[in-house]
Amino acid sequence: MPVWDIIGPVMIGPSSSHTAGAVRIGRIVRLCWGGEVQNANIYMRGSFATTGEGHGTDRALLAGLLGYAPDDPEVRDGRELAQRSGMKFNFYEEDLEGAHPNSVRIEIWNDGGRRMDATAASLGGGAVSLQKLDGFEVDVSCLLPVIIIMNRDVHGVVGAVTTYLSSHGINIATMKLHRDSRGGLATMVLELDSNESAVVPEEMKTVHDAIVRVISIPGVAL
Amino acid sequence: MRSLSDLIRLAGEREMDLHEAILAADSEATGVPSEQIFELISSRLKDMRRSAEEASCSNNPCRMVPKTGPLLRGYSKKGGMCGGFILKASAIALEVATYNASMGRIVAAPTAGSCGILPGMLFAWEEFYGKDAADKERKLTEALVVAGAVGEIIANRATLAGAEGGCQAECGAAAAMGSAALVYLQGGSCEAVSNAVALTLKSVLGLVCDPVGGLVESPCIKRNGLLVSVGILAADMALAGISSLIPADEVIDAMGQIGRSIPPSLRETSRGGLAVTPTAKALVKGLGANK
Repeated sequence: MPVWDIIGPVMIGPSSSHTAGAVRIGRIVRLCWGGEVQNANIYMRGSFATTGEGHGTDRALLAGLLGYAPDDPEVRDGRELAQRSGMKFNFYEEDLEGAHPNSVRIEIWNDGGRRMDATAASLGGGAVSLQKLDGFEVDVSCLLPVIIIMNRDVHGVVGAVTTYLSSHGINIATMKLHRDSRGGLATMVLELDSNESAVVPEEMKTVHDAIVRVISIPGVAL
Repeated sequence: MRSLSDLIRLAGEREMDLHEAILAADSEATGVPSEQIFELISSRLKDMRRSAEEASCSNNPCRMVPKTGPLLRGYSKKGGMCGGFILKASAIALEVATYNASMGRIVAAPTAGSCGILPGMLFAWEEFYGKDAADKERKLTEALVVAGAVGEIIANRATLAGAEGGCQAECGAAAAMGSAALVYLQGGSCEAVSNAVALTLKSVLGLVCDPVGGLVESPCIKRNGLLVSVGILAADMALAGISSLIPADEVIDAMGQIGRSIPPSLRETSRGGLAVTPTAKALVKGLGANK
């Protein structure tokens, strides 16, 4: 943690974990969704559920889902902003064995039948982790740019993806692989060193037939 | 950066000012150029100044704690035993911490719950001792770099999270960071900076985090206003040549170890201490804050 993370972030109070972290979670989930959020069910867990209201966690999550940053004074009016934008949202409490003490699950869907389910935790000091996306472990802080690739579990996908990134001069900082079963659905979570050589998700999707979906999240600084 | 003694040795070996050695170390660790880190901290100082100005005229209420800054400001005009400098630092700290609790825009330094302490100490110094300083803004930025490095070392050796280490890791760490900044601003040696950190932290060891209703209000706001005085006195002691028998790095290790042995009920869960007093329970019931 360098000095600028210690003296920072600049944020709307009162809590770096329950307010600033919650805005970042909302923003990251919005970036995963890739556009305006029309409908959201938000399931608060642990102390997000018990002390969230007093910390403005609800308003912070909604402001984040609308694309606001943690230092935007409008975060205070997150509920009103969401209502005005036409977003339909509901808050629930969810008690789940083994869940992170400061975490939230967010279901998003649109009228076209597309759905997404994301779980994220606030780790303190404004740092967060996107833990799960559509049931798959991703576990990334989103401080660096992230590419999430969902594919059918066949051979050659990792090679095709890394060759593509290499040919674009992009260095991979970390890489994680998961799959639900052999030959089932797999995910690849890559953290990249720079935003400069932007990855085009549509183009990446074509590097291998087995790739079902590519999500690109730019780094979201603290 | 993992240790104050290594940092001071680095500054000596490279014949650098303390803040230059910190920038060099962070630059080498992150790949971000020193000048860019300095600019970032300079912009944080501006945000901090803005938060103190907004806080002093904010009328947004907290959920529980009434406004305290104006009372102390009014009282200090009539005198007061602590003297103008400490009272001013305390008033700013109270105001910024209150502003944070009412969803104001602040700089977490190191955390949101302890965000009043550094602005209190730095801007009171500016008013009382920095008026005639040449290139004051630059000097304050350098001091904020020094404070940041102390926080970085505490984060690396122990923790800055109340949930992990109690309030000693939040307000205690902020006071130690501010104390180091003041010694630096007053032209003290690197050893005096290190002693100020050790002296401050030693006097807050074991401080628990037991906020009423889980809100960052009671005891957090007043603790911001009170711990500035510990940091200021520790800075004066260190500048007077008083040294800590236990070196700063070891005090930080002790703080981390003590934090881990604080029961979870006293680490930001509001299940013990002040949070479960009859008055706290009645207050929370009145608010409906803790469902």
